[in-house]
Amino acid sequence: MARQLYEFNGGVHPEGHKYASTSRSIAIAPLPKVLIVPLSQHIGQPAKPIVAVGEQVWKGQTIGQAEGYVSVAVHAPTSGTVTAIASHAVAHPSGLADACITIAPDGLDRWIEHDALDYRNMDPSHLRNRLRELGIAGLGGAVFPSFIKLNPGAVQKVPVLILNGAECEPWITCDDMIMRERAAGILAGAAIMRHMLRSDEVLVGIEDNKPEAIAAMRAAASQCDFAVEVVAVPTLYPGGGAKQLIRTLTGKEVPSGGRSTDIGVAAFNVGTAYTLHRAVNYGEPLISRIVTVTGNVHRPQNFEVLVGTPVSELVRLAGAVKDDTSGYVMGGPMMGIDLVSSDVPVVKATNCILAKSLALFPPPPLAMPCIRCTRCAQACPADLQPQELYWFARAKNFGKTQEYNLFDCIECGVCSYVCPSHIPLVQYYRYAKSEIWAKEKDKKAADLARERHEFRQLRTEREKQERAAKLARKASAKLTEATANSPDGAASAAKKTAIQAAIERAKTKKQGITPRNIENLPLAKLQEIAEIEARRAKIHAMAQDSVEK
Amino acid sequence: MLSSPYIAEKSSVSIIMLKVLAALVPGIAVYVWFFGPAILVTLTLASVTALALETIAVRLRGWPAKPFLMDGSALVTAWLLALSLPPIAPWWLIVVGTFFAIVVAKHLYGGLGNNLFNPAMVGYAVLIISFPVQMTQWSSPLSLAGAHLSFLDSAQYIFGGGLPDGLKLDAISSATPLDTLRTQLQLEHTVREITHLPIFGNVGGTGGEAVVLMFLLGGLYLWLARIITWHIPVAFIAGLWITGGLFHVADPDRYISPWFHLATGGTMLGAFFIATDPVSGATTPRGKLVFGAGIGILTYIIRALGGYPDGVAFAVLLMNIMVPLIDTYTQPKVYGHKQKAPTE
Repeated sequence: MARQLYEFNGGVHPEGHKYASTSRSIAIAPLPKVLIVPLSQHIGQPAKPIVAVGEQVWKGQTIGQAEGYVSVAVHAPTSGTVTAIASHAVAHPSGLADACITIAPDGLDRWIEHDALDYRNMDPSHLRNRLRELGIAGLGGAVFPSFIKLNPGAVQKVPVLILNGAECEPWITCDDMIMRERAAGILAGAAIMRHMLRSDEVLVGIEDNKPEAIAAMRAAASQCDFAVEVVAVPTLYPGGGAKQLIRTLTGKEVPSGGRSTDIGVAAFNVGTAYTLHRAVNYGEPLISRIVTVTGNVHRPQNFEVLVGTPVSELVRLAGAVKDDTSGYVMGGPMMGIDLVSSDVPVVKATNCILAKSLALFPPPPLAMPCIRCTRCAQACPADLQPQELYWFARAKNFGKTQEYNLFDCIECGVCSYVCPSHIPLVQYYRYAKSEIWAKEKDKKAADLARERHEFRQLRTEREKQERAAKLARKASAKLTEATANSPDGAASAAKKTAIQAAIERAKTKKQGITPRNIENLPLAKLQEIAEIEARRAKIHAMAQDSVEK
Repeated sequence: MLSSPYIAEKSSVSIIMLKVLAALVPGIAVYVWFFGPAILVTLTLASVTALALETIAVRLRGWPAKPFLMDGSALVTAWLLALSLPPIAPWWLIVVGTFFAIVVAKHLYGGLGNNLFNPAMVGYAVLIISFPVQMTQWSSPLSLAGAHLSFLDSAQYIFGGGLPDGLKLDAISSATPLDTLRTQLQLEHTVREITHLPIFGNVGGTGGEAVVLMFLLGGLYLWLARIITWHIPVAFIAGLWITGGLFHVADPDRYISPWFHLATGGTMLGAFFIATDPVSGATTPRGKLVFGAGIGILTYIIRALGGYPDGVAFAVLLMNIMVPLIDTYTQPKVYGHKQKAPTE
């Protein structure tokens, strides 16, 4: 009996271009000359570097520790020497650089000691902590730390586990290929998730344009010791969005601002399941992933790539880019981000490197005024009214954008895709969101400043009163002293030594204090502080010298 | 820097407007077949005037002229206005109507995408209020007319050159079925007696009913081509038919069958081409239903109880005023807001 599927609003059918990279099987990318490992590859706080420049590291060694709750560790993808801990170009919509650890591989690829985890007999919170230390994060795009999603919470159970193999973005085929070639590994990962979440039902959602992957997963599912239902879902972008796939398979909607576990569903990318299998059953941290290299390259293909591999080395493996290449996108053409340079490293989120050319991705024509045709609203998978959001975002009426649920926008890009006026709608929503975030940050800072100011006023007022009281006491004491009229030499000498001792105490105390509240600062700031300290020490030494001379 | 998406569907405002124009062509062809080629003169004059005024307005705004002329919106406005006017109306009537549509209703409100009111209907409303006599001289159906005007004869007449020798205006013009109905009712005739007049044809008027049918087919094409959604036309037609039906059932001697209302005047042109103007209409699915139904009901009320020959234009303009209100109160539920989050 076929499972009942549900529809989400809208969606579009962009041309797939998937065949280009599925004709060749996954190849293991050779060791690159250099690996650049960003400390911030996941949603949440960046990892904290725990190695020093010049240090030898082993393959799989933790080089960045998880910092704060929403964070995971990062690891050395191969053995070698740390050559730099500095800012480097990374894949980010802002185009800004970020802290990275650069490793020069020694070519030996020597593993650090690592062991499988006996997950069935482990304390659940200990197991989750191990996954955090092994750097496991979602490979579907959001890179959310998996250990958090694998926490069944207060109810101790998430009934429905969904593996997301929909892969709805054009050009990308890394999930397709991993399902074709490593289906058993994916389901081994699913077994671990099922154990951790105590799920009753395991569903695999795959778009019906991937018959080979569906067949491979079904074959693997028949060998499984638990029930797995492989469901072919209609090919419709963005059907692979977690919220959309959950709706398609269960008919339920993730509540706005909530999480899927609120409705008893957990959804993971198939690549994440495979990575979890490697982590738990082999003890391997997340140091490699499957990346589709396609677009304007001579031999589009999927590669198993070490995290940190520069994009330039990767495209060389795909037979180099064609001459008219105009740039690179990390991700797909609907939601990917433009890369500032080809030096940018592959990260845990990198599912695809798409070489662009003007012929493949022509620039959009002149944007015309919005005619309120509502094609965007008809296509929006979040049931938003993009034409209204556009109107308010353009007018900088951010309050209204929030009233019209701007933050339920998943930035899938279908509104821009269908717009007959060629308005870059998603860009307006990203702009409005960042403006609102900035304003909220400012407001928080202002609130804090006001609080501090009020406290300071309170304190100065209190101190004033205390001083006045003290003066009054002193005056009355003097008065009694004067009336006693007894100049005592011994007493004054004792007083003098007491004062001297107090001064000495203050001096030593002053030297002892080192106000170094720098534990939680980002790497760039730490470097800056170190430079300033060095400069200061130098000046201090020079001053000392001149005094001694 | 350019950000995603990097791909787009092949669509444009021009393509949409061209499809709207194409959908009007069958109706125009049948119009010519039944009423003679005069409408082609009117259409041409309105088009040329609209494009000229659009060029001037766009230039004054400092916008690039080519993309805004190519978008086709001025042509659509011109055609919709021309099809609402009597085909043998004098040239200055067409020019004045087009001026109010393009310059006043569209560009003084901010140009493409910003007009609150349907431009063609503003042009029509100005003319019907200011020049009621010229606005009621319609061509007779050729089968009932005493004479035929050729294309050149029509052009000559429209540009003020008078009729060919020996031809009287009465021979080529007549009142519309809607007008006839109104005047005959005022003469205390019953609907049954009136509808036996030859001008009434089978359902909605000789010739006119065929044109209306072609506009319905053109509208269905627009729906199939996904230029419009079904909401506004269906609600419009249902609103008109149900209101008309209630009146008809209550007093069939005074109130004609609702089928007549569907098959006459500007009903189908209004339902599929005019009320569906996206810029000045409601945008939410439920809002479109309210908007369309409102136009249908108002059209009937103006036709049956008001003093104007047709009610579509005023109904559309009145509902245009309501659009911001309708849109605000008919926002669809957004994903994740449909069911309440489980309270913890």
